[in-house]
Amino acid sequence: MSGITARYWREMPQRYRGEAGKSLSTGKVFFPPRLVEPGNGNRRFKPVKLEYTGELLTFTIIRVAPSGFEKQSPYAIGIIELKGGGRITTQITDIPVENVKIGMKVRVEFRKINDDGHEGIHLYGYKVVPE
Amino acid sequence: MREVAVVGVGVNKWGELWEKSLRDIFVEAALKAMDDADVSKIDALYVGCMAPGLFVGQEHLASLLADYLGQCPIPAARVESACASGGLAFRTAWMDVALGLHDIVLAGGVEKMLDVDGGGATYALATAADQEWEGYNGATFPGLYAMIANAYQKKYRISYDKFRDQLAHVAVKNHDNGLLNPNAQYHMKLTLDAVKNATMVADPLRLFDCSPITDGAASVILCPVEIAKKKFRKHKIIEVIGTGAATDTIALHDREDFTYLKATEIAAQQAYKMANVFPKDIDLAEVHDCFTIAEICVTEALGFFKPGKGGEAAASGVTALDGKMPINTSGGLKSKGHPVGATGIAQIVELTEQLRGEAGKRQLKDPRVGLAQNMGGSGGSTIVHILKSL
Repeated sequence: MSGITARYWREMPQRYRGEAGKSLSTGKVFFPPRLVEPGNGNRRFKPVKLEYTGELLTFTIIRVAPSGFEKQSPYAIGIIELKGGGRITTQITDIPVENVKIGMKVRVEFRKINDDGHEGIHLYGYKVVPE
Repeated sequence: MREVAVVGVGVNKWGELWEKSLRDIFVEAALKAMDDADVSKIDALYVGCMAPGLFVGQEHLASLLADYLGQCPIPAARVESACASGGLAFRTAWMDVALGLHDIVLAGGVEKMLDVDGGGATYALATAADQEWEGYNGATFPGLYAMIANAYQKKYRISYDKFRDQLAHVAVKNHDNGLLNPNAQYHMKLTLDAVKNATMVADPLRLFDCSPITDGAASVILCPVEIAKKKFRKHKIIEVIGTGAATDTIALHDREDFTYLKATEIAAQQAYKMANVFPKDIDLAEVHDCFTIAEICVTEALGFFKPGKGGEAAASGVTALDGKMPINTSGGLKSKGHPVGATGIAQIVELTEQLRGEAGKRQLKDPRVGLAQNMGGSGGSTIVHILKSL
């Protein structure tokens, strides 16, 4: 993770505020925002904020964590379909990992994700908790 | 377009090759392929390698490998599509020969993964996923395939125990095949119990559901069939009768159905159409079993089994060496090892040896048509080839 500077702050609107792009052609919500819509070539989007409730589509429990996440292991991570459109992959927290179930309703919260090494900045973003 | 043949193959013993460098293992395998074809000079070189910059701090492999193979000033290129880099290098070499640019072309693959520690290797491999929107939040590769597995179990309503058994059968079968492959990383018989009780990595995937970290290389020599018939008569001629390549979303969460490997199905359909064959005509297949669940989903996407039935096929022995549809006779990525860039080329080596009748103890009885499927990331790219003995 080290060496994150512009690569970190560039994504703040998405990681902190859930800024997405809604297609003016199909109404589909894209997160992160895209410049062109797959399938139809549409380039017109309006900025929208993700709706912060949704449903867990699939998940796993990470027992062997990547570097930077060792102290968090075991943790549940899954794919969430948000109510107003858009999908995210993130951790399911504030619940014992063995209680996480596909189909459960969750809410997105602003959380600390990681640290950029021992002396680097704290890295923030979104996780989900049981609704 | 010219018809293209594989006239030389070479692979070295894979594993933890501490005494050897990336260039050593690449050149060893390349020389084996050149010796197998009886050529000392090639016209062009394509090498599949996923992440030499991250694994060994070296880029510009095209120049390095052409140089150490003693072939400068031939044109050379490194080809990258994550774990499908080898398959894509083969396809690129095929295009070169088919289009008539060069006659004798080497397609190789190499990855030197053990020069970094486990964390370094995990990081390098994770760059095949969406780093910003999957990796940043703590997703790993086993984790992404585990999410596919859990979605699969849910979708097809298989009981956990039965599903866990099916996954274990894939690992046991591939290790059984690997026992017969002298170049495999692991010569280790697995039992269902050993797989089902191994350390949990990402539920439901355990250690023996995952392919290992490997140093290794593989090479093949391609040339036009017309030239092969005249000059390369040492072995049975193996023709490339179909090729296909497709992409899918890089992030797993952007796919409608997590259990459906769309890029694999599309690439396979292209290859079947070009080769004018159907899944039932395939005598053996080397597929991308980076995780046990991957082999199940891939064999379904290739059309060998109906969606939801790939696990049963593994559990009932259909995909075993003596089964009706042998899958991964080489031992697959699971037991042979998975030096990512080399994997797709090693699949072509296995098909060629089987179709020639030179596969030793794991030789199938008179196979005619083989298929190779090589996949990048969580399914974001797939390359399929179909080979036939003339």
